[in-house]
Amino acid sequence: MGKNVANKVMINTVLMEAAKNDRDVVVLCSDSRGSASATPFAEAFPGQFVEVGIAEQDLVGIAAGLARVGKKAFPMSPACFLTTRSYEQCKVDVAYSHTNVKLIGISGGVSYGALGMSHHSAQDIAAMSAIPGMRVYLPSDCHQTRCLMEALLRDQEPAYVRVGRNAVDPVYTEEDCPFEMDRATVICEGTDVCLVACGEMVLYAKGAAEILKGKGVSASVIDMYCVKPFDEETVAALAAKARVVISVEEHSPYGGLGSRVAQVVGERCPRPVITMALPDAPVVTGTSKEVFAHYGLTAEGIAERALKALA
Amino acid sequence: MTETNLKKLSYELRRDVVQMIINGKGGHIGGDMSVIDALVVLYFHEMGVTPATFGKPGQDHFVMSKGHSVEALYAVLAKKGFFSREKVLAEFSQFGSPFIGHPNNKLPGIEMNSGALGHGLPVAVGMAIGERMNGTKSRTYVVMGDGEQAEGSVWEGAMAAANYHLDNLCAVLDRNTLQISGDTENVMALLDINKKWESFGWHVIDVADGNDHGQLISAFGEARLVKGKPSILILHTVKGKGSKVMENKAAWHHHLPTLDEYKAIMDDLEKAEKEA
Repeated sequence: MGKNVANKVMINTVLMEAAKNDRDVVVLCSDSRGSASATPFAEAFPGQFVEVGIAEQDLVGIAAGLARVGKKAFPMSPACFLTTRSYEQCKVDVAYSHTNVKLIGISGGVSYGALGMSHHSAQDIAAMSAIPGMRVYLPSDCHQTRCLMEALLRDQEPAYVRVGRNAVDPVYTEEDCPFEMDRATVICEGTDVCLVACGEMVLYAKGAAEILKGKGVSASVIDMYCVKPFDEETVAALAAKARVVISVEEHSPYGGLGSRVAQVVGERCPRPVITMALPDAPVVTGTSKEVFAHYGLTAEGIAERALKALA
Repeated sequence: MTETNLKKLSYELRRDVVQMIINGKGGHIGGDMSVIDALVVLYFHEMGVTPATFGKPGQDHFVMSKGHSVEALYAVLAKKGFFSREKVLAEFSQFGSPFIGHPNNKLPGIEMNSGALGHGLPVAVGMAIGERMNGTKSRTYVVMGDGEQAEGSVWEGAMAAANYHLDNLCAVLDRNTLQISGDTENVMALLDINKKWESFGWHVIDVADGNDHGQLISAFGEARLVKGKPSILILHTVKGKGSKVMENKAAWHHHLPTLDEYKAIMDDLEKAEKEA
């Protein structure tokens, strides 16, 4: 497997491996099999694939019904539609009814670039985290995505997984991908600044730590792929060692990773917390990378912000 | 159970519903009364669900999409032995009670939580597809209200059920013609609702008197024989059925009877049970 594998491709790879021996693994799409990279699954396991057409409420409701009769349901749809058009189904049919549905939000954040705000999901962390019983995961690379999906296949609880559209440089390697379910992954530990990131921002946080190291600044990097349940212990432990805490996310500044980090740091080890996120506005037109660069969501941008805060 | 006994049972359970609502100080009494005959036929004639078989592979499934008529469902499930009648009558809507104002699956006998309208049909479609995948002969039933037909997700589910030829799925529409703001045709006209369902690829069974147990039994029987498409029973029912005090009155969608109304309703229901 090449190094740059999109997380959505990895999700389907893991599900195809599982489906070979488990007839209860069912993938559902809302005219989204191509964009979800689920076409190989649909072709290999037609009896375990359900197409619902462009009907996201139906997608989640049907997934919940399937789960109720013993299926492991994996509805896949663009994160923007899955988490807002289907929000009530996620709340009532999945979380409240406690069905074994793993909601897979593809092309999350600003993955759809120039397609505009209708296709961006910059509020999915806030929305899904606010539902009691819903877990929220944003894996940072394909290797972590594999670990996460394998763990999710083993449990019976509702969850939401957000991944981006594009293949991104990996944070980990196939051989070295430390993973413990619902515990953040500590990439490095430092004493000046604590960087907490999720999803595609982890790679940039890791890059920022390297830049800072070159300038004599010691940084921790926490990969908070498990936004909910939030690993408070790890954040509190590493934040307590640092002078400044910076959260980085591809999400609105309201109710996302930064809000949770600020709550925990405020309660347990008060010190300055800086939230780096998308703006509370439709984002500038561009590819993901262009958008990130515009708002300083890059290794250089994060390092610069850290240096300013420490000055 | 004979048709007469089913009818008598429906009036007995209507009294439980009224008592539950009095004790709980509120409830969706009108829709309870229109739908309870269908629930009694489903649980005491049509479906194979019992406390002993509930949750076992291959059982029939039931989703109460018009979840606000939960009092009728509670009365039926208690009679079926899923939980104590005395307990539900005493605890409905009380502080800390498991018997809340909409179905929840922490209670035995209830598979899916509902309350937000338009959710039940897609969920039932998922159950029907899943049981087909499982290779069982299970049937899935879902009860909807007529005001609920304005929810777009109902029609998403309707399309999917026909697309997948779900002849193991049977929907029930409680067509009592009234919703909380008034006549359905004035709030959001359903027009020819039978034609709408037919055009979505469903086998439509029009039940002239949806509070008549004989008609309900034969309609469910007809649905079982349909192959290659889902069926829907359009039940022409009376909101508030059982007492002139509340029949066909939109204001009784959610209403707490006064003491005088309560006495009159209970007298009417007892009389109807005796005459059944």
